[in-house]
Amino acid sequence: MHVCGKTLALGDDVSSDLLYPGKYLTVSDRAEQARHALEGFGEEWPERLRGHSVLSAGWNLGCGSSREQAATALLAAGVELVVARSMSRLFLRNCINNGLPVIESDELAAALADGMTLSADLASGTAQIAEREFRFQPLPDVLLAIVRDGGLLARLRRTSRQGT
Amino acid sequence: MGTLAEKILGRASGGRVAVGQYVEVTPDWCFTVDDTIGLIMKYHLEAGVTRLAAPARVGIFYDHYAPADSREHASDHSAGRAYARQHGIAHLFDVGQGISHQVCVERGLIAPGQLVFNSDSHTTTLGAVGCFGTGLGAAETAYVWATGGIWLRVPPTIRILLTGTLRPGVDAKDACLALLRAHGARVATYRAIEFHGEGAASLGMASRLTLCNMGVELGAKAAMFPADAVTAEHFSRLGIPIDVEAGRPDADSSYERDIALNLSDVEPLAAYPHAVDDVGTVRDVAGIAINQAFLGSCTNGRLEDLRAAAAVLKGRHVAPGVRMIVTPASSQVFAAALREGIIDIMTTAGAIVTTPGCGACAGLHLGVLGDGEVCISSSSRNFRGRMGSPNAAIYLASPATVAASAVVGRITDPRLLG
Repeated sequence: MHVCGKTLALGDDVSSDLLYPGKYLTVSDRAEQARHALEGFGEEWPERLRGHSVLSAGWNLGCGSSREQAATALLAAGVELVVARSMSRLFLRNCINNGLPVIESDELAAALADGMTLSADLASGTAQIAEREFRFQPLPDVLLAIVRDGGLLARLRRTSRQGT
Repeated sequence: MGTLAEKILGRASGGRVAVGQYVEVTPDWCFTVDDTIGLIMKYHLEAGVTRLAAPARVGIFYDHYAPADSREHASDHSAGRAYARQHGIAHLFDVGQGISHQVCVERGLIAPGQLVFNSDSHTTTLGAVGCFGTGLGAAETAYVWATGGIWLRVPPTIRILLTGTLRPGVDAKDACLALLRAHGARVATYRAIEFHGEGAASLGMASRLTLCNMGVELGAKAAMFPADAVTAEHFSRLGIPIDVEAGRPDADSSYERDIALNLSDVEPLAAYPHAVDDVGTVRDVAGIAINQAFLGSCTNGRLEDLRAAAAVLKGRHVAPGVRMIVTPASSQVFAAALREGIIDIMTTAGAIVTTPGCGACAGLHLGVLGDGEVCISSSSRNFRGRMGSPNAAIYLASPATVAASAVVGRITDPRLLG
């Protein structure tokens, strides 16, 4: 699995309240969720995210509430990869189980800044920023397979269609 | 032999497990709350899921916006009721019954040694009765309801050794804040926590619930008090037989690290805006004017918390210009507080007592903060925008500190009011 895109960089301890404010919790339409991605930082942030397919952050990304819109709104807004020095357990699960790949790498996250283009191969654990090469610990196969399938719901849809 | 996490996940996955292993588990319960039921129903509809794997092990709690404040929330509630009837979900705890975690424990729905999921991050609260409680997202919950299981990684466990006893005017919330101050909000990420030591044994169920609740603020996946005499007494009062051993780690289990806290050294603390681990003493922020004082939430909305606040409020009045909102964690807490005269003390003091539930904590339906406002809250999170305006400031503190601050109109150490 290969991802390449422009980066928007966030700081440390970015809570799920900042990624997706609680007042939009009842929004189930993904396109509408995308319009509120990162809105906790300010009303201009959903627009600022546009055109960035890589989101990077420092430590403890997505701490707090279990709301999965913190992940699905990013996905709907065109984010294809999240890189952080570390992530909260629930945010990490919500990304993977909704088919949004993640990389936890201190070195890679620290090197990323706004506007940088990152190219990463998720299975081999290799990445590139400009001419600089990085190696990271890839997700275990069992989780990469979920991401590759498009998340747990895609699996459920497939199972139901097969009538099992 | 294993820690409590290894033991419970081993049973739930049908074999022995090792730290770091990815396992497929079958939980004993998988709950959801009203802020997620809408998504689960939508996901099932889209995926063509027509029957649930184990409807008897599923439960729905209306607590995050109950009673509904908007047409959308009300429609989610009514669609959820129809969904529960359609799928034969008997455990629907409707508006007013209380916060899911509190209801689970006070009614003995869950038991030591069980693996329990809920689409709410504060499910770690259930560890107070020796249960591996952890949060899930909506898609995950929808998946568990449809298939019966899901993947988990077996976490390493941090042992927190508690010594000493809490002094008067200091409570379990202050101990949580002391842990956050000393170790930060990331210390237990992807890890389980077990509380041990004579200090742990000295704590009652309400204090244990508070400590396990805030385990998730330390990053933990689950936070547990191994079952003991206090656990046994809790279930015995409910007339529910339990297996205490199922909620205890093996004697020779190995821990990633130990963290020590002497409860006797803890003093009234507060988490400052906008981070749970930016913690200092209440004395250091004393005098900051407040607009709202919130007493409630799954962290501190229990009878013991209301009692501590009432002891401060008795014979006093909430300061002019301050609103104090009290939200009992459950209908049982509300009823007990009424019987003890606590509600009378609070309303006489000018506090507002609301329907049991999550209250103002998540900023979803009542007690929302306006621009520039300052709130002192007994809840567990003070992230920017959490309770309403992103330009509001939230201080987290104990129920006694919240009550003392409401009376003075400024952040106040409760020990000063005797």
